[in-house]
Amino acid sequence: MNTLNFSANQRFTLVLLRILIGWHFLYEGVIKAYNPSWTAKGYLLSASVFKPFFTWLAGDSLISSINMLNIAGLIAVGISLLLGLKVRWGCVAGILLLVFYYLAHPPFAGLPQGPSEGSYWVVNKNLIEIAALLVIYQFPLTATFGLENLFLKKNKTTVIN
Amino acid sequence: MANDNNFNKWNRRDLLKALGGIPIVGSVWFAGADLAGDAKREKQFLLETLNIKATPPPESGPMSGKPLRVGVIGFGIRGEQLCRALGFATNGWLKEMQEALNNNPKDTRLKDFKAQENLNIQLAGICDVFDIRAEDFVASFNRDGNKVKRFKTHTEMINSGEVDAVVIATPDHWHAPMSIEALNAGVHVYVEKPMTHNVSETYTLRDAVTNNPKAVFAVGHQHRQTQSFLTAQDVIRKNILGHVSLVQTNTNRNDDNGAWQYDIHELASPKTIDWDLFLGNAPKEDFNLEHFFRWRKWWAYGSGLSGDLLTHDYDRINCVLGMGIPRSVTASGGIYTHRDGRNVPDVLQVNMEFPDFSTGGSQEKGKEKGMTFVYSATLGNQFDRGTVLMGHDGSMDLGNRISVYADPRSTKYAELIKEQRIETDVPIYQYDPAVSGTDAVTSATAKYFANKGLLWTYRDGKRVDSTFLHLREWLSCIRNGGTPSCSIKEGFDEAISAHMAGLSYKLGRRIDWDSVEQKIITKPGEDLDAALLGNG
Repeated sequence: MNTLNFSANQRFTLVLLRILIGWHFLYEGVIKAYNPSWTAKGYLLSASVFKPFFTWLAGDSLISSINMLNIAGLIAVGISLLLGLKVRWGCVAGILLLVFYYLAHPPFAGLPQGPSEGSYWVVNKNLIEIAALLVIYQFPLTATFGLENLFLKKNKTTVIN
Repeated sequence: MANDNNFNKWNRRDLLKALGGIPIVGSVWFAGADLAGDAKREKQFLLETLNIKATPPPESGPMSGKPLRVGVIGFGIRGEQLCRALGFATNGWLKEMQEALNNNPKDTRLKDFKAQENLNIQLAGICDVFDIRAEDFVASFNRDGNKVKRFKTHTEMINSGEVDAVVIATPDHWHAPMSIEALNAGVHVYVEKPMTHNVSETYTLRDAVTNNPKAVFAVGHQHRQTQSFLTAQDVIRKNILGHVSLVQTNTNRNDDNGAWQYDIHELASPKTIDWDLFLGNAPKEDFNLEHFFRWRKWWAYGSGLSGDLLTHDYDRINCVLGMGIPRSVTASGGIYTHRDGRNVPDVLQVNMEFPDFSTGGSQEKGKEKGMTFVYSATLGNQFDRGTVLMGHDGSMDLGNRISVYADPRSTKYAELIKEQRIETDVPIYQYDPAVSGTDAVTSATAKYFANKGLLWTYRDGKRVDSTFLHLREWLSCIRNGGTPSCSIKEGFDEAISAHMAGLSYKLGRRIDWDSVEQKIITKPGEDLDAALLGNG
């Protein structure tokens, strides 16, 4: 689909969505990176389904790599979406992380939900953010807002023509 | 050159579109780093302000030298547990644990037992009035160079010259008579709680310990080895809580095992049980399997909630605060949850008053002094109420974990609370020795004990049976000198306080302690021991 046919408002809305998701990922990553005692262990050990898998991830041999990968993943996805750099890769990585979060504590009826600020059934914020990233994947709009403009610049006239 | 020309066409709008994300990344990064840094600094500030040291107790000494010959008196539920802590498990238990492991690979009980340090002892003798148990002991432990002899009576064992030390895990009415006999014969003693069954023998036992300084005497309050309690002592030393006016302890159980309805062995009969020896100094009674296996339900052999379970809670707090014997005790309760013929209460509330005791304060001098220790128990509900030490400046929730909360009206933390550097609904200090491991607790009663720090503790992040550490400390004192952490002074405090609670329940009045005379104040013609142990 040629995004150039979009109105300015449509482009603005899609870019805004990308920036907000990028913001969220980056902040989640940074806050963990600067807190030396943060660990995903509790989150993984309290997983309500696929317990053996998540418990395995939380084991002594893996947990520090898991923590590092999670922090690096969050920050990389955040930067990618905010800067408009390799956005599709960022979306795929972001979706992957969110799928893990979703599966560890899926909001299915009958499963313990743990502390959360709302009530969910099947659909929760992780799932909505996954869907939002799918939208961004389809419409990265890096030409509208993003570093890739620098590299696209030389072709810009051609594209418009 | 075409590219250069294009580049020249860049205007501010284009640059914003290309580089606009960079300041956002910078801002979000800075905000996150700043907030995390603040939180870290605040945490550091609080930790430095409180300065609580989570120190383990000094390790007990080496177990080298000639193997100590230990005799066991009483091989029931607790006797078996003590033997395992000493490194000896029955064939039946090993088999059961192997099956448990096969069913659940995460069950670490067998592994933990096998990993336990060798205490360099020989289980040389056994005394049990029930043949089946004594025979199980001999069959299980008479191997690998460990020669076991069964003695008919404890007197024979103590005077045989074949044991250096005895572990006493009998019904309560035998604790003191056996301990006294062993000490007078120069044999070391580890006796289960409660230390004694009545008031007068508490003094006789104290004399026996004093008169036989070479025999090492320990009471089985194993939680004194629990690391969280040593950390709690530091919380008190540093006056983190301010003046503690109230201590809340409790027992909450809601299962038959917790109410002492133990199994009756199918092979038990007058032929396999030496009934007269079981009775000892207890009132004469016809052979009664219920009395034999469920002796905790009768004052004649046990001591109900006050002797059986209050003693745990009292000693846990005495170990942290060192408040000693209360000035007065009032108690009330009844048999409300298990009306099965027992004569000890199953619901009991005890208030112990310490009007002169103080943990220190933060307000003007003279305003605060005195503390009440409350023990509240039911065997008909297992809602976990927690052990809480309540001070003017803070509260400490005490178990295997410790959480300290600042009080919203604290004098000491008023400024910090106002500046919002302390939130009163979030612990200002938390200590969890198990933070790197998860534990498998197998039953409601086990969970009850584990939460109180009575089952295990941690050393270097590794789970250790606290009974093992407690026995090891006793063995180390025998080998290397020193006094166990729970010896006659602590045992005397525990026994007298528990008996005062039992007496108050029985007599329906306040029981006072004369700290100068070191005596429970009696009314003319009152026989405290008869009142405490009678069936009334």
